[in-house]
Amino acid sequence: MSRWRCPSCGYTYDEQSGHPREGFPPGTPFSEIPDDWACPDCGVRDKVDFEPADERV
Amino acid sequence: MTDSADIGATAGPAWRDSKRYAWLLGLVVPLLPFISWGLVEASGWGALWFYGPVLIFVVFPILDIVRGTDSENPPDSVIKWLEQDRYYRWCTYLFLPLQYAGLLFACWMWSRGGLSTLDSIGLALTVSMVSGIAINTAHELGHKRASSERWLSRVALAQSGYGHFYIEHNRGHHVRVATPEDPASARLGESFYAFWPRTVSGSLRSAWELERTRLARTERGPWTLRNDILNAWAMSVVLFAGLAALFGAVVLPYLAIQAVIGFSLLEVVNYLEHYGLLRGKREDGRYERTRPEHSWNSNNVASNVLLYHLQRHSDHHANPIRRYQALRHMDEAPQLPTGYAGMIVLATIPPLWRRVMDRRLLAHYGGDLTRANIHPPARKRVLRRYSGLAAAPAAGDAAS
Repeated sequence: MSRWRCPSCGYTYDEQSGHPREGFPPGTPFSEIPDDWACPDCGVRDKVDFEPADERV
Repeated sequence: MTDSADIGATAGPAWRDSKRYAWLLGLVVPLLPFISWGLVEASGWGALWFYGPVLIFVVFPILDIVRGTDSENPPDSVIKWLEQDRYYRWCTYLFLPLQYAGLLFACWMWSRGGLSTLDSIGLALTVSMVSGIAINTAHELGHKRASSERWLSRVALAQSGYGHFYIEHNRGHHVRVATPEDPASARLGESFYAFWPRTVSGSLRSAWELERTRLARTERGPWTLRNDILNAWAMSVVLFAGLAALFGAVVLPYLAIQAVIGFSLLEVVNYLEHYGLLRGKREDGRYERTRPEHSWNSNNVASNVLLYHLQRHSDHHANPIRRYQALRHMDEAPQLPTGYAGMIVLATIPPLWRRVMDRRLLAHYGGDLTRANIHPPARKRVLRRYSGLAAAPAAGDAAS
């Protein structure tokens, strides 16, 4: 299970919890999210801009 | 208390927020129906029911000019601390109870206050200023991560019936800002009166499409109260039906007036925020990132205090979640000649608007208006009119 972070606002998509409101149930791999899905918090960056989030950060 | 060490570590004791208590002035707006009533009572002059629009369209433009600008920014080191100070949040939260107290008061006046029709219309216009500026409060709240603030945002929008704004603004406008695809980004050569129907209908369609797509991913159709547009509109229906039940159908025309003028006030602000500005396309076909040069800014103090720093619009688009008190002036952003209040008035008079703004846009693009977001029907006319001016008066500004 990996985590991906919006480089603009820091929102983190966690595959384990998904984002049910957006239609991504827990366990939805990041690869299954559409490329044009914009960050649900800031809308500034798209999915393709997200960066892998290190657990320590 | 637990944060005190953190505050000491991040914020220099030297920096003081000069606008800290000025933000309370924003709460004068929802009190406008009461203030108008007080003025009418004191003077016996019914025309003062129109005080709301006079304050916003006459007094504030003058205050903007007299009080001037302030480009002071909080140092980067205090931004986090400044955002955590809950005092600033309460300045926005308190807007809502006052907003609805004013609406109840207005309904009472319309139904039982013995006002003439003209006075009632004056009061409706005053209420519409509250309704429109409540969209600005909703805007501030709707951008936050906390679900309680997002909910309050939709409560603030109920009065104008513009609940879909919460969806469209955050997920539509912020993604497509300063592109021809954004209904809420005005184009060069497009008058406010041409922009109005395009943004009102386009934003509605876009909001619906965004919610339909989201709900389809959860394997639901759009006709459900989980649809954030429908549940926000339901608040308006309940509100208006409740007021009509309480005060009689006589209030309905005035509620309609305040809603339409209210959301039009938002749309005229949309009109001036990105007029003619365009993001370039990258080689892969995507638009470049939104940068400071894609929003018009202003540092006029009066309008900035009135609208929770909305005029520091470039920083808002770079950091939409950032709280209003921490928004910064950016040197590289194009500047409006005065505050939003005066620019709103200008936008309603298209020849004057073009005279003031088209030249600034020409300067911004170094004389090359093909880089601007041009209204397609006006393209030939605009390029012909300004082609001769390319290097002339704009050159000084353009060089910077």
